[in-house]
Amino acid sequence: MSKSAPKPSHDYSEFMQRAYAMELEASERYAQFAEQMDGHNNREVAELFRKLSGIEALHAKRILEEMRWPSLPALPPAYAWEGPEGPETAPFESVHYLMQPYHALEIALACELQAQKYFESIAAGRVPEKVRITAREMAQEEREHVMLIRAWLENVPQPAAGWDEDPDPPRANE
Amino acid sequence: MNAPAVPVALAAKDFKSDYKPVWCPGCGDYSVLSAITKALASLQLRPENVAVVSGIGCSSRIPAYTTCYGFHGVHGRSLPAATGLKAARPELTVLVASGDGDGYSIGGNHFLHACRRNVDLTYIVMDNHVYGMTKGQPSPTTEPDWSSKLAPGGTGLREFHPLVIALASGANFIARGFSGDPGGCAALIAEAVRHPGFSFIEILSPCVTFRPEQRGWKQAVRPSPVEPTDDPARAARRLMTDDGFNIGVLFQGKRPPFSGMAVTATHTVADLEKGFLL
Repeated sequence: MSKSAPKPSHDYSEFMQRAYAMELEASERYAQFAEQMDGHNNREVAELFRKLSGIEALHAKRILEEMRWPSLPALPPAYAWEGPEGPETAPFESVHYLMQPYHALEIALACELQAQKYFESIAAGRVPEKVRITAREMAQEEREHVMLIRAWLENVPQPAAGWDEDPDPPRANE
Repeated sequence: MNAPAVPVALAAKDFKSDYKPVWCPGCGDYSVLSAITKALASLQLRPENVAVVSGIGCSSRIPAYTTCYGFHGVHGRSLPAATGLKAARPELTVLVASGDGDGYSIGGNHFLHACRRNVDLTYIVMDNHVYGMTKGQPSPTTEPDWSSKLAPGGTGLREFHPLVIALASGANFIARGFSGDPGGCAALIAEAVRHPGFSFIEILSPCVTFRPEQRGWKQAVRPSPVEPTDDPARAARRLMTDDGFNIGVLFQGKRPPFSGMAVTATHTVADLEKGFLL
């Protein structure tokens, strides 16, 4: 578990490495959730998580293209997030096999808000101008995602009470 | 003449098989699987040089989800199988996966003796304080007052303290992780693999189905306030005040691992065969 909050990224390349790791972790987690939902035949939510994974992967790819690293970057040795995982990574335990698209979007909204806050905090810190400008741009991008997901949520039915009740729960793994 | 093959650096995904895990969504074991693959990638091992041995239970499904050699063995008997494997193939890196029921109850006795023997194994126990696969019976680490349909009012039995047992029995590396921190778990696993001898890692891995309240572990866990020690007495004193939620390495011993005994033949095979003749 991370012992300390992230250190301010004074170096542009290190800042971008963190941003890349953040997007990649988020993408991988959504892909894992999609697999989990597939396993429980919750196809609609699986598809939604796959879409979210694709969006995050695209962000990671854009960073790679911009940075033109000769090989995939390793995280700096002193690397640490404020929590146990990156700010945009959905917690493992946040899914349920009967969850609905609304729940998946709520998870995504929380992640985007955390990502926005993360970039805003970097932009507000004592960092080189190039880092500040990029962090502001990224925060703005995350803000747009927040708005997009909020709009998306309005078009998705809210789960009725008792959505997680299952008269024949598949509690055995076989 | 062909040029020698250049070894390609492997990533975590290279240690994941095509089999999709069937754990309940939200299960901590997904994170442990992710941590194992990250650790193996960080150590730059190759799947064909690693074996993952398990017993029975949700956590024991892990070998199938990796591209390493795997052995999904008998309930509670992952450690004897792994010990035999390591003795016969010492060049392999052997990981052993278990849960609190498989590892501390059915396989409890093997746990003691694996610690004592100090064979170079890495034993990862995913502890969720319940038998998940068989629908929620209390396990050795279940709190005495945990009330459920299968144990109304709780068992009233004092819970097992795996780290205390491991230390008392001679484990050479003892740590605790939390599945909600897959990066931290990966680092612990890598460190355990590198440490010679029997390395034991208890990973708190919530069962969201039968113990949904364990989602609260996220708030309960904390990095251990002290550095690892190589002094068993000091480690024991620390465990006296351990509430089960300190995360990190507790103990890194210096005992040399068991490396087999030099065997001098006292009988020929022919002599032995004579003993079986009627």
